[in-house]
Amino acid sequence: MIAFIIRRLVQAALVMLAVAFIAFAMFNFVGDPVAIMAGQDLPAEQRIELRKSLGLDDPTPVRFARFVGNAVQGKFGLSYRTAEPVGKMIVERLPATLELSVMAMIVALAVGIPMGVFSGLYPQHWLSRAMMTVSLIGISLPTFLIGILLILIFAVMLGWLPSFGRGDVIRIGGWSTGLLSVSGWKAIILPAITLGLFQMTLIMRLVRSEMLEVLRTDYIKFARARGLSNRAVHFGHALKNTLVPVITITGLQLGSIIAFAIITETVFSWPGVGLLFLQSVQAVDIPVMAAYLVAIGLLFVLINLIVDILYFVVDPRLRSQSAKAGAK
Amino acid sequence: MMLPTARVIEFWRNASDSDIFWSFKRSKLVMLSALIVVVFFIGAFGAPWLAPHNPFDLASLELSDAFKPPFWVEGGEAKYILGTDDQGRDLLSTIMYGSRISLVVGFMSVVFAMTLGIGLGLVAGYLGGAADSLIMRIADVQLSFPAILIALLVDGVTRGILGEARHSDFAEAVLVVAIGLSYWVQYARTVRGSVLVEKNKEYVQAARVIGLSGPLIAIRHVLPNVLGPVLVIATINLALAIITEATLSFLGVGLPPTEPSLGTLIRIGNDFLFSGEWWITIFPGIVLAALVLSVNLLGDWLRDALNPKLR
Repeated sequence: MIAFIIRRLVQAALVMLAVAFIAFAMFNFVGDPVAIMAGQDLPAEQRIELRKSLGLDDPTPVRFARFVGNAVQGKFGLSYRTAEPVGKMIVERLPATLELSVMAMIVALAVGIPMGVFSGLYPQHWLSRAMMTVSLIGISLPTFLIGILLILIFAVMLGWLPSFGRGDVIRIGGWSTGLLSVSGWKAIILPAITLGLFQMTLIMRLVRSEMLEVLRTDYIKFARARGLSNRAVHFGHALKNTLVPVITITGLQLGSIIAFAIITETVFSWPGVGLLFLQSVQAVDIPVMAAYLVAIGLLFVLINLIVDILYFVVDPRLRSQSAKAGAK
Repeated sequence: MMLPTARVIEFWRNASDSDIFWSFKRSKLVMLSALIVVVFFIGAFGAPWLAPHNPFDLASLELSDAFKPPFWVEGGEAKYILGTDDQGRDLLSTIMYGSRISLVVGFMSVVFAMTLGIGLGLVAGYLGGAADSLIMRIADVQLSFPAILIALLVDGVTRGILGEARHSDFAEAVLVVAIGLSYWVQYARTVRGSVLVEKNKEYVQAARVIGLSGPLIAIRHVLPNVLGPVLVIATINLALAIITEATLSFLGVGLPPTEPSLGTLIRIGNDFLFSGEWWITIFPGIVLAALVLSVNLLGDWLRDALNPKLR
């Protein structure tokens, strides 16, 4: 177990180094930061001074080492666009994105698992067929289109829910939350559904196919033969065994939810990290792009790591295998 | 490269002779999606002849014609069947030209991703060793990032290198590269897997015995035998590429409003959603959704039809 975790940690560190190198390369090859920051009117001596103070004259390995050293401390320099420290900009907007992503995941799980269980238990039921058709549409439609449709129906036509922003935000320490006010809850409904819909269809299809598979196995037949109630068989035995892949997918999808939040945040003008990233891409604000890349990379690596370890905890077969391997 | 193309054609001919045509005729949904795709293709690529107006002819645009609703809504004119956008462009014509751009960019990026993926997969699988581990590690790292993020990064970086003005001149090419670079991994992995199986077969050994060079064996003999699954991935990825292009354009980093794709049109319309001009968003949206759904259904069917296990 320890050896397994150490091996995974080393892999994770290597991946992070690769991501950091890409971020660093972006700094080096794209545009001249001095020209972007200083504009046209600055005299040549001040330009040279600025270059020196930014450390742009040092050899590449030194600069890469310094970049990694700063990145570890969360320092990515100043934004070319707003001249604010990049780390602060991202940390300020992180709560908005995290709240949205977690809510989206909750929506996806809370709706996706029951739908998947139902359509797995009764694959021929008309409701299951309807769900499968809807889920095909959910997978095919681009996220932004779903968001626009929701806005059109619930904000423009019915006027029930707001179409942009987070509503009233309450600050608790360094965290700003929209989940403590009515307008905040109202504001998060549409974005969370938009963001969670794709994951919901994915989870539903996954649970369905796993249920269909598990229900055919011998231990389910045996459980029925023992005279267990349908409820105990379906939920105690079958559903429990479909949850391993669901955990994996949920974990891995949490990362892509945060990345896909770029689209949802743009549609709903949600003041999160994704919107910041998009504005940075449009303005070629390299420090923010690089910081976002490293942050997302770290997130993905951490999630992968946690999922791998959770696998170990949830699936006893893996543990016994490694115990056997260890005994040899 | 003549021989592989000929083999691809032969592959398709054989396929249509056997079960594939039968399974096509069996499903009404597949036939419907094929019909929709064909209609869109004709509409998109025949746009210069079929479209009622030329949205790129600036002289014919009248700003007083802007925001005309579809003809069945009060205030609409029969001249503009689906209404007009904010610049007075006929929406139907703009959608036709726009879907041509969407389809072309989608196709080109699939071809780009496929070429890159097949090339790297062939090299990785055939050479093995250091080249193999380098390519596959890069693929692993990239696979853990969502495609849209990579496409956005590539777009941002090219924007920085080219500068804003030149970036919009090369918007289509940048999109193709950005989308292509974010989807090559799947092809590379598939090709590498098949090459690993194929390269130990007797015909490859025979080719080696008669003294053919490595690259020649890889391209002429191994490549044609690993193309089947790749074509299936390509069909499914076409829908993904179209969605990605539309998403990038919607986000404002794709095609400029002067040369609108479906995504750009939806972006333009999104600004006027609240003032009641719903048609600028909804019609391109419907076209995009129908196109993507049909291409997806065709891809699914093709995958099942080509899978011998399901027959």
